[in-house]
Amino acid sequence: MQASNSYWTLFCSVYKKDVTLAFRQRAEIVNPLLFFLIVITLFPLAIGPEPGLLARIAPGIIWVAALLSTMLGLDKIFRDDYMDGSLEQLIASPYPLPLAVLAKVAAHWTTAGLPMVVMAPVFSMLMNLESQALGATILTLLIGTPLLSFIGAIGAGLTVGLQKGGILMSLLVLPLYIPVLIFATSAIDTSIMSLAYSGQLAILGAMLAVALVAAPIAISSALRVSVS
Amino acid sequence: MLEIKALTCIKQDRCLFESLNFSLLSGQIMQIEGPNGAGKTSLLRIIAGFSQPDEGRVLFNKKNINEDYDDFAQSLLFIGHKTGVNQQLTAYENVMHWLTVHGYKSTEPEIYTLLGKLGLVGLEDVPVRTLSAGQQRRVALVRLWLNDANLWILDEPFTALDKKGVAMLQAQFQRHLELGGAILLTTHQDLTNSFSSLQTLVLEYRH
Repeated sequence: MQASNSYWTLFCSVYKKDVTLAFRQRAEIVNPLLFFLIVITLFPLAIGPEPGLLARIAPGIIWVAALLSTMLGLDKIFRDDYMDGSLEQLIASPYPLPLAVLAKVAAHWTTAGLPMVVMAPVFSMLMNLESQALGATILTLLIGTPLLSFIGAIGAGLTVGLQKGGILMSLLVLPLYIPVLIFATSAIDTSIMSLAYSGQLAILGAMLAVALVAAPIAISSALRVSVS
Repeated sequence: MLEIKALTCIKQDRCLFESLNFSLLSGQIMQIEGPNGAGKTSLLRIIAGFSQPDEGRVLFNKKNINEDYDDFAQSLLFIGHKTGVNQQLTAYENVMHWLTVHGYKSTEPEIYTLLGKLGLVGLEDVPVRTLSAGQQRRVALVRLWLNDANLWILDEPFTALDKKGVAMLQAQFQRHLELGGAILLTTHQDLTNSFSSLQTLVLEYRH
Protein backbone atom coordinates (compact mmCIF):
# COMPACT_ATOMS: atom_id res chain seq x y z
CA MET A 1 0.00 0.00 0.00
CA GLN A 2 2.84 2.37 -0.72
CA ALA A 3 2.05 5.55 -2.57
CA SER A 4 3.85 5.37 -5.88
CA ASN A 5 4.77 8.52 -7.70
CA SER A 6 4.59 7.18 -11.17
CA TYR A 7 2.40 9.26 -13.45
CA TRP A 8 3.05 6.69 -16.13
CA THR A 9 1.26 3.91 -14.22
CA LEU A 10 -1.79 6.13 -13.89
CA PHE A 11 -1.74 6.94 -17.59
CA CYS A 12 -1.44 3.27 -18.49
CA SER A 13 -4.16 2.18 -16.10
CA VAL A 14 -6.72 4.70 -17.41
CA TYR A 15 -5.75 3.97 -21.00
CA LYS A 16 -5.95 0.23 -20.49
CA LYS A 17 -9.34 0.47 -18.81
CA ASP A 18 -10.88 2.39 -21.70
CA VAL A 19 -9.37 0.24 -24.41
CA THR A 20 -10.41 -2.95 -22.57
CA LEU A 21 -13.94 -1.64 -22.26
CA ALA A 22 -14.06 -0.75 -25.95
CA PHE A 23 -12.92 -4.25 -26.89
CA ARG A 24 -15.48 -5.87 -24.58
CA GLN A 25 -18.27 -3.95 -26.31
CA ARG A 26 -16.99 -4.40 -29.82
CA ALA A 27 -19.82 -2.36 -31.31
CA GLU A 28 -18.03 0.71 -30.03
CA ILE A 29 -15.15 0.11 -32.41
CA VAL A 30 -17.03 -1.43 -35.28
CA ASN A 31 -20.01 0.97 -35.48
CA PRO A 32 -18.10 4.18 -36.29
CA LEU A 33 -16.09 2.28 -38.87
CA LEU A 34 -19.21 0.84 -40.52
CA PHE A 35 -20.77 4.28 -40.44
CA PHE A 36 -17.68 5.65 -42.20
CA LEU A 37 -17.95 2.93 -44.83
CA ILE A 38 -21.67 3.48 -45.42
CA VAL A 39 -21.35 7.26 -45.76
CA ILE A 40 -18.63 6.75 -48.35
CA THR A 41 -20.60 4.18 -50.34
CA LEU A 42 -23.68 6.43 -50.33
CA PHE A 43 -21.99 9.12 -52.39
CA PRO A 44 -21.39 7.14 -55.60
CA LEU A 45 -25.00 5.96 -55.36
CA ALA A 46 -26.32 9.48 -54.93
CA ILE A 47 -24.25 11.44 -57.41
CA GLY A 48 -23.41 8.73 -59.94
CA PRO A 49 -20.39 6.48 -60.23
CA GLU A 50 -18.39 8.55 -62.67
CA PRO A 51 -14.74 7.87 -61.72
CA GLY A 52 -13.45 11.35 -62.52
CA LEU A 53 -16.10 13.08 -60.44
CA LEU A 54 -15.60 10.71 -57.51
CA ALA A 55 -11.85 11.22 -57.57
CA ARG A 56 -12.43 14.97 -57.60
CA ILE A 57 -14.63 14.98 -54.49
CA ALA A 58 -12.93 12.07 -52.68
CA PRO A 59 -10.76 14.11 -50.26
CA GLY A 60 -13.74 16.09 -49.03
CA ILE A 61 -15.98 13.04 -48.67
CA ILE A 62 -13.40 11.01 -46.81
CA TRP A 63 -12.75 13.81 -44.37
CA VAL A 64 -16.38 14.72 -43.76
CA ALA A 65 -17.10 11.03 -43.14
CA ALA A 66 -14.16 10.91 -40.73
CA LEU A 67 -15.52 13.94 -38.84
CA LEU A 68 -18.98 12.45 -38.54
CA SER A 69 -17.89 9.02 -37.46
CA THR A 70 -15.58 10.52 -34.82
CA MET A 71 -18.62 12.34 -33.44
CA LEU A 72 -20.42 9.02 -33.03
CA GLY A 73 -18.13 7.67 -30.35
CA LEU A 74 -17.37 10.98 -28.66
CA ASP A 75 -20.55 11.08 -26.68
CA LYS A 76 -19.48 7.96 -24.81
CA ILE A 77 -15.98 9.07 -23.91
CA PHE A 78 -16.92 10.46 -20.46
CA ARG A 79 -20.55 9.33 -20.24
CA ASP A 80 -20.07 5.99 -18.43
CA ASP A 81 -17.51 7.42 -16.05
CA TYR A 82 -19.86 10.26 -15.24
CA MET A 83 -22.81 7.94 -14.65
CA ASP A 84 -21.04 5.44 -12.41
CA GLY A 85 -19.02 7.99 -10.43
CA SER A 86 -15.58 7.05 -11.78
CA LEU A 87 -15.12 10.66 -12.84
CA GLU A 88 -15.42 11.81 -9.22
CA GLN A 89 -12.84 9.23 -8.25
CA LEU A 90 -10.50 10.56 -10.94
CA ILE A 91 -10.97 14.12 -9.67
CA ALA A 92 -10.40 13.00 -6.07
CA SER A 93 -7.12 11.37 -7.10
CA PRO A 94 -3.83 12.90 -5.99
CA TYR A 95 -2.66 12.90 -9.60
CA PRO A 96 -3.36 15.79 -11.97
CA LEU A 97 -6.67 15.36 -13.76
CA PRO A 98 -5.31 16.46 -17.19
CA LEU A 99 -3.07 13.40 -17.17
CA ALA A 100 -6.00 11.01 -16.76
CA VAL A 101 -7.88 12.99 -19.40
CA LEU A 102 -4.97 12.68 -21.80
CA ALA A 103 -5.07 8.91 -21.31
CA LYS A 104 -8.80 8.82 -22.00
CA VAL A 105 -8.41 10.85 -25.20
CA ALA A 106 -5.55 8.61 -26.29
CA ALA A 107 -7.75 5.57 -25.70
CA HIS A 108 -10.56 7.15 -27.69
CA TRP A 109 -8.19 7.80 -30.58
CA THR A 110 -6.87 4.24 -30.47
CA THR A 111 -10.36 2.80 -30.75
CA ALA A 112 -11.95 5.41 -33.05
CA GLY A 113 -9.26 7.26 -34.99
CA LEU A 114 -6.63 4.62 -35.57
CA PRO A 115 -8.98 2.11 -37.26
CA MET A 116 -9.91 4.85 -39.74
CA VAL A 117 -6.26 5.50 -40.53
CA VAL A 118 -5.72 1.79 -41.07
CA MET A 119 -8.77 1.50 -43.31
CA ALA A 120 -7.92 4.64 -45.29
CA PRO A 121 -6.43 2.77 -48.28
CA VAL A 122 -9.66 0.81 -48.72
CA PHE A 123 -11.81 3.92 -48.55
CA SER A 124 -9.54 5.75 -50.96
CA MET A 125 -9.92 2.90 -53.42
CA LEU A 126 -13.71 2.98 -53.06
CA MET A 127 -13.67 6.65 -53.98
CA ASN A 128 -11.24 6.11 -56.87
CA LEU A 129 -8.74 8.46 -55.25
CA GLU A 130 -5.56 8.79 -57.28
CA SER A 131 -2.79 6.62 -55.93
CA GLN A 132 -0.35 9.47 -55.42
CA ALA A 133 -2.82 10.99 -52.95
CA LEU A 134 -2.93 7.90 -50.74
CA GLY A 135 0.12 8.97 -48.73
CA ALA A 136 -1.40 12.38 -48.05
CA THR A 137 -4.73 10.85 -47.06
CA ILE A 138 -3.11 8.54 -44.54
CA LEU A 139 -0.85 11.26 -43.16
CA THR A 140 -3.62 13.82 -42.75
CA LEU A 141 -5.80 11.23 -41.04
CA LEU A 142 -2.89 10.22 -38.82
CA ILE A 143 -2.32 13.80 -37.66
CA GLY A 144 -5.92 14.95 -37.97
CA THR A 145 -7.87 12.24 -36.13
CA PRO A 146 -6.11 12.77 -32.76
CA LEU A 147 -6.88 16.44 -33.20
CA LEU A 148 -10.55 15.57 -33.72
CA SER A 149 -10.48 13.48 -30.52
CA PHE A 150 -8.96 16.32 -28.50
CA ILE A 151 -11.35 19.00 -29.74
CA GLY A 152 -14.34 16.70 -29.47
CA ALA A 153 -13.45 15.70 -25.91
CA ILE A 154 -13.75 19.37 -24.84
CA GLY A 155 -17.33 19.37 -26.09
CA ALA A 156 -17.99 15.96 -24.56
CA GLY A 157 -16.65 17.17 -21.21
CA LEU A 158 -18.89 20.24 -21.27
CA THR A 159 -22.04 18.33 -22.14
CA VAL A 160 -21.56 15.10 -20.17
CA GLY A 161 -23.84 16.29 -17.37
CA LEU A 162 -26.74 17.05 -19.68
CA GLN A 163 -29.55 14.63 -20.39
CA LYS A 164 -29.39 14.93 -24.16
CA GLY A 165 -25.97 16.42 -24.64
CA GLY A 166 -25.19 14.62 -27.88
CA ILE A 167 -26.75 17.08 -30.28
CA LEU A 168 -25.55 20.12 -28.38
CA MET A 169 -22.08 18.62 -28.43
CA SER A 170 -22.20 18.24 -32.23
CA LEU A 171 -23.24 21.88 -32.56
CA LEU A 172 -20.39 22.96 -30.30
CA VAL A 173 -17.73 20.80 -31.82
CA LEU A 174 -18.38 20.63 -35.57
CA PRO A 175 -17.59 24.34 -36.19
CA LEU A 176 -14.29 23.83 -34.38
CA TYR A 177 -13.46 21.01 -36.78
CA ILE A 178 -13.56 23.36 -39.78
CA PRO A 179 -9.87 24.39 -39.69
CA VAL A 180 -8.83 20.72 -39.53
CA LEU A 181 -11.10 19.93 -42.45
CA ILE A 182 -9.77 22.82 -44.55
CA PHE A 183 -6.09 22.02 -44.12
CA ALA A 184 -6.51 18.26 -44.39
CA THR A 185 -8.50 18.34 -47.64
CA SER A 186 -6.22 21.03 -49.01
CA ALA A 187 -3.23 18.75 -48.35
CA ILE A 188 -4.86 15.87 -50.23
CA ASP A 189 -5.89 18.15 -53.13
CA THR A 190 -2.35 19.46 -53.38
CA SER A 191 -0.95 15.95 -53.42
CA ILE A 192 -3.30 15.04 -56.29
CA MET A 193 -1.66 17.85 -58.25
CA SER A 194 1.72 16.29 -57.36
CA LEU A 195 2.78 19.37 -55.41
CA ALA A 196 4.41 19.51 -51.98
CA TYR A 197 1.84 19.43 -49.20
CA SER A 198 4.20 19.67 -46.27
CA GLY A 199 2.89 23.16 -45.45
CA GLN A 200 -0.61 21.96 -44.69
CA LEU A 201 0.76 19.01 -42.75
CA ALA A 202 2.93 21.36 -40.71
CA ILE A 203 -0.09 23.47 -39.80
CA LEU A 204 -2.06 20.35 -38.81
CA GLY A 205 0.94 19.23 -36.77
CA ALA A 206 1.13 22.61 -35.07
CA MET A 207 -2.56 22.44 -34.21
CA LEU A 208 -2.06 18.97 -32.79
CA ALA A 209 0.87 20.18 -30.68
CA VAL A 210 -1.24 23.01 -29.24
CA ALA A 211 -4.16 20.63 -28.61
CA LEU A 212 -1.88 18.12 -26.90
CA VAL A 213 -0.83 20.75 -24.38
CA ALA A 214 -3.95 22.86 -24.00
CA ALA A 215 -6.87 20.50 -24.58
CA PRO A 216 -6.34 18.25 -21.52
CA ILE A 217 -6.43 21.33 -19.29
CA ALA A 218 -9.57 22.64 -20.99
CA ILE A 219 -11.23 19.20 -20.80
CA SER A 220 -10.36 18.90 -17.11
CA SER A 221 -11.96 22.25 -16.35
CA ALA A 222 -15.02 21.27 -18.36
CA LEU A 223 -15.31 18.01 -16.42
CA ARG A 224 -14.97 19.75 -13.06
CA VAL A 225 -17.83 22.05 -14.04
CA SER A 226 -19.94 19.10 -15.22
CA VAL A 227 -19.37 17.14 -12.01
CA SER A 228 -20.12 20.01 -9.61
CA MET B 1 -8.12 18.17 10.89
CA LEU B 2 -11.16 19.47 9.05
CA GLU B 3 -12.71 22.87 9.64
CA ILE B 4 -15.88 24.15 8.05
CA LYS B 5 -16.28 27.89 8.23
CA ALA B 6 -19.48 29.80 7.50
CA LEU B 7 -20.55 27.46 4.72
CA THR B 8 -23.60 28.44 2.70
CA CYS B 9 -25.14 26.52 -0.17
CA ILE B 10 -28.03 27.73 -2.31
CA LYS B 11 -29.60 25.49 -4.91
CA GLN B 12 -32.40 26.54 -7.22
CA ASP B 13 -33.26 29.53 -5.06
CA ARG B 14 -33.52 27.36 -1.98
CA CYS B 15 -31.04 27.84 0.81
CA LEU B 16 -29.92 24.37 1.91
CA PHE B 17 -27.79 25.54 4.80
CA GLU B 18 -26.41 28.85 5.90
CA SER B 19 -23.31 29.81 7.87
CA LEU B 20 -22.57 26.26 8.85
CA ASN B 21 -19.60 25.85 11.18
CA PHE B 22 -18.08 22.72 12.58
CA SER B 23 -14.79 20.97 12.90
CA LEU B 24 -13.68 17.40 12.90
CA LEU B 25 -10.56 16.28 14.72
CA SER B 26 -8.57 13.17 14.11
CA GLY B 27 -10.15 10.17 15.75
CA GLN B 28 -13.62 11.66 15.42
CA ILE B 29 -16.60 10.44 13.44
CA MET B 30 -19.47 12.70 12.43
CA GLN B 31 -22.86 11.54 11.27
CA ILE B 32 -24.90 13.97 9.21
CA GLU B 33 -28.63 13.47 9.57
CA GLY B 34 -31.60 15.08 7.93
CA PRO B 35 -34.60 14.38 5.73
CA ASN B 36 -34.30 13.83 1.97
CA GLY B 37 -33.43 17.05 0.20
CA ALA B 38 -31.93 18.67 3.27
CA GLY B 39 -28.56 19.04 1.57
CA LYS B 40 -26.52 16.21 3.06
CA THR B 41 -25.02 15.12 -0.23
CA SER B 42 -24.47 18.72 -1.33
CA LEU B 43 -22.56 19.35 1.90
CA LEU B 44 -20.38 16.26 1.43
CA ARG B 45 -19.64 17.18 -2.18
CA ILE B 46 -18.58 20.69 -1.17
CA ILE B 47 -16.30 19.31 1.54
CA ALA B 48 -14.82 16.83 -0.93
CA GLY B 49 -14.13 19.75 -3.28
CA PHE B 50 -16.36 18.67 -6.17
CA SER B 51 -18.56 21.72 -5.99
CA GLN B 52 -17.99 25.18 -4.66
CA PRO B 53 -19.97 26.68 -1.77
CA ASP B 54 -21.83 29.93 -2.32
CA GLU B 55 -20.03 31.28 0.72
CA GLY B 56 -17.56 30.03 3.26
CA ARG B 57 -14.45 27.90 3.29
CA VAL B 58 -13.37 24.34 3.87
CA LEU B 59 -10.03 24.06 5.63
CA PHE B 60 -8.05 20.85 5.84
CA ASN B 61 -5.05 21.00 8.18
CA LYS B 62 -5.57 24.78 8.24
CA LYS B 63 -5.28 25.08 4.47
CA ASN B 64 -8.08 25.89 2.07
CA ILE B 65 -8.69 22.69 0.10
CA ASN B 66 -8.84 24.53 -3.22
CA GLU B 67 -5.35 25.94 -2.74
CA ASP B 68 -3.66 22.63 -3.43
CA TYR B 69 -6.44 20.22 -4.27
CA ASP B 70 -4.19 17.35 -5.34
CA ASP B 71 -2.48 17.50 -1.96
CA PHE B 72 -5.85 17.36 -0.19
CA ALA B 73 -6.95 14.50 -2.46
CA GLN B 74 -4.02 12.48 -1.15
CA SER B 75 -5.65 12.43 2.30
CA LEU B 76 -9.19 11.98 1.05
CA LEU B 77 -11.26 8.90 0.46
CA PHE B 78 -14.65 9.70 -1.02
CA ILE B 79 -17.34 7.15 -1.75
CA GLY B 80 -20.53 8.73 -2.98
CA HIS B 81 -23.94 7.54 -4.09
CA LYS B 82 -22.34 6.71 -7.39
CA THR B 83 -19.50 4.54 -6.25
CA GLY B 84 -17.21 4.65 -9.26
CA VAL B 85 -17.43 0.94 -9.92
CA ASN B 86 -17.54 0.11 -13.61
CA GLN B 87 -20.25 -2.36 -14.54
CA GLN B 88 -18.36 -4.02 -17.38
CA LEU B 89 -15.14 -4.66 -15.48
CA THR B 90 -14.67 -7.39 -12.91
CA ALA B 91 -14.41 -6.74 -9.20
CA TYR B 92 -10.68 -7.38 -9.28
CA GLU B 93 -10.13 -5.02 -12.24
CA ASN B 94 -12.19 -2.33 -10.55
CA VAL B 95 -10.16 -2.54 -7.36
CA MET B 96 -6.84 -2.58 -9.22
CA HIS B 97 -7.82 0.44 -11.31
CA TRP B 98 -8.96 2.39 -8.28
CA LEU B 99 -5.70 1.63 -6.47
CA THR B 100 -3.59 2.90 -9.37
CA VAL B 101 -5.69 6.03 -9.82
CA HIS B 102 -5.14 6.88 -6.16
CA GLY B 103 -1.47 5.95 -6.10
CA TYR B 104 -1.78 2.89 -3.88
CA LYS B 105 -0.18 -0.44 -4.49
CA SER B 106 -1.33 -3.86 -3.56
CA THR B 107 -0.78 -7.45 -4.53
CA GLU B 108 -3.12 -9.87 -6.21
CA PRO B 109 -3.35 -12.26 -3.22
CA GLU B 110 -4.10 -9.37 -0.88
CA ILE B 111 -6.99 -8.14 -3.03
CA TYR B 112 -8.40 -11.64 -3.45
CA THR B 113 -8.21 -12.21 0.32
CA LEU B 114 -10.01 -8.94 0.96
CA LEU B 115 -12.69 -9.58 -1.64
CA GLY B 116 -13.18 -12.99 -0.01
CA LYS B 117 -13.42 -11.42 3.42
CA LEU B 118 -16.18 -9.17 2.08
CA GLY B 119 -18.16 -12.16 0.88
CA LEU B 120 -17.23 -12.02 -2.79
CA VAL B 121 -15.53 -15.40 -3.01
CA GLY B 122 -15.70 -16.75 -6.54
CA LEU B 123 -17.11 -13.47 -7.86
CA GLU B 124 -13.79 -11.70 -8.30
CA ASP B 125 -13.59 -12.31 -12.03
CA VAL B 126 -17.12 -11.81 -13.29
CA PRO B 127 -18.37 -8.46 -14.59
CA VAL B 128 -19.73 -6.37 -11.75
CA ARG B 129 -23.06 -5.83 -13.54
CA THR B 130 -23.94 -9.48 -12.82
CA LEU B 131 -23.61 -8.95 -9.06
CA SER B 132 -26.40 -7.89 -6.71
CA ALA B 133 -26.68 -4.29 -5.49
CA GLY B 134 -25.18 -5.16 -2.12
CA GLN B 135 -22.31 -7.05 -3.69
CA GLN B 136 -21.61 -4.13 -6.03
CA ARG B 137 -21.47 -1.83 -3.03
CA ARG B 138 -19.02 -4.21 -1.37
CA VAL B 139 -16.73 -3.95 -4.39
CA ALA B 140 -16.58 -0.21 -3.76
CA LEU B 141 -16.19 -0.59 -0.01
CA VAL B 142 -13.09 -2.79 -0.37
CA ARG B 143 -11.32 0.58 -0.70
CA LEU B 144 -11.80 1.17 3.01
CA TRP B 145 -9.30 -1.63 3.63
CA LEU B 146 -6.84 -0.48 1.00
CA ASN B 147 -6.06 3.17 1.62
CA ASP B 148 -4.06 5.35 3.93
CA ALA B 149 -6.21 8.45 3.60
CA ASN B 150 -6.91 10.35 6.81
CA LEU B 151 -10.31 11.69 5.96
CA TRP B 152 -13.10 9.41 4.84
CA ILE B 153 -16.21 10.97 3.36
CA LEU B 154 -18.94 8.40 2.86
CA ASP B 155 -22.36 9.14 1.45
CA GLU B 156 -24.85 6.49 2.59
CA PRO B 157 -22.24 3.72 2.90
CA PHE B 158 -24.75 1.21 4.29
CA THR B 159 -27.14 1.32 1.32
CA ALA B 160 -28.01 -2.20 0.17
CA LEU B 161 -25.70 -3.84 2.72
CA ASP B 162 -26.90 -6.69 4.91
CA LYS B 163 -26.52 -6.68 8.71
CA LYS B 164 -23.24 -8.53 8.62
CA GLY B 165 -21.86 -6.04 6.10
CA VAL B 166 -22.94 -3.10 8.22
CA ALA B 167 -21.22 -4.59 11.28
CA MET B 168 -18.06 -5.25 9.32
CA LEU B 169 -18.00 -1.72 8.01
CA GLN B 170 -18.39 -0.26 11.46
CA ALA B 171 -15.57 -2.42 12.78
CA GLN B 172 -13.41 -0.96 10.02
CA PHE B 173 -14.55 2.58 11.00
CA GLN B 174 -13.40 1.85 14.53
CA ARG B 175 -10.00 0.74 13.30
CA HIS B 176 -9.64 3.87 11.17
CA LEU B 177 -10.53 6.12 14.11
CA GLU B 178 -8.04 4.35 16.34
CA LEU B 179 -5.34 5.02 13.78
CA GLY B 180 -6.10 8.73 14.02
CA GLY B 181 -8.36 9.10 11.01
CA ALA B 182 -11.59 11.01 10.75
CA ILE B 183 -14.89 9.99 9.19
CA LEU B 184 -17.75 12.08 7.86
CA LEU B 185 -20.80 10.14 6.79
CA THR B 186 -24.47 10.41 6.06
CA THR B 187 -26.84 7.63 6.90
CA HIS B 188 -30.50 7.22 7.64
CA GLN B 189 -30.02 4.28 9.93
CA ASP B 190 -28.40 4.69 13.34
CA LEU B 191 -24.95 3.33 13.85
CA THR B 192 -25.20 0.12 15.84
CA ASN B 193 -21.70 0.33 17.28
CA SER B 194 -21.20 2.93 19.95
CA PHE B 195 -18.41 5.25 18.91
CA SER B 196 -17.09 7.29 21.81
CA SER B 197 -16.21 10.17 19.52
CA LEU B 198 -19.47 10.29 17.60
CA GLN B 199 -20.87 13.71 16.76
CA THR B 200 -24.16 14.28 15.05
CA LEU B 201 -25.03 17.15 12.76
CA VAL B 202 -28.68 17.57 11.91
CA LEU B 203 -29.62 19.44 8.75
CA GLU B 204 -33.20 20.69 8.69
CA TYR B 205 -35.23 20.81 5.51
CA ARG B 206 -35.62 24.53 4.81
CA HIS B 207 -38.31 25.98 2.60
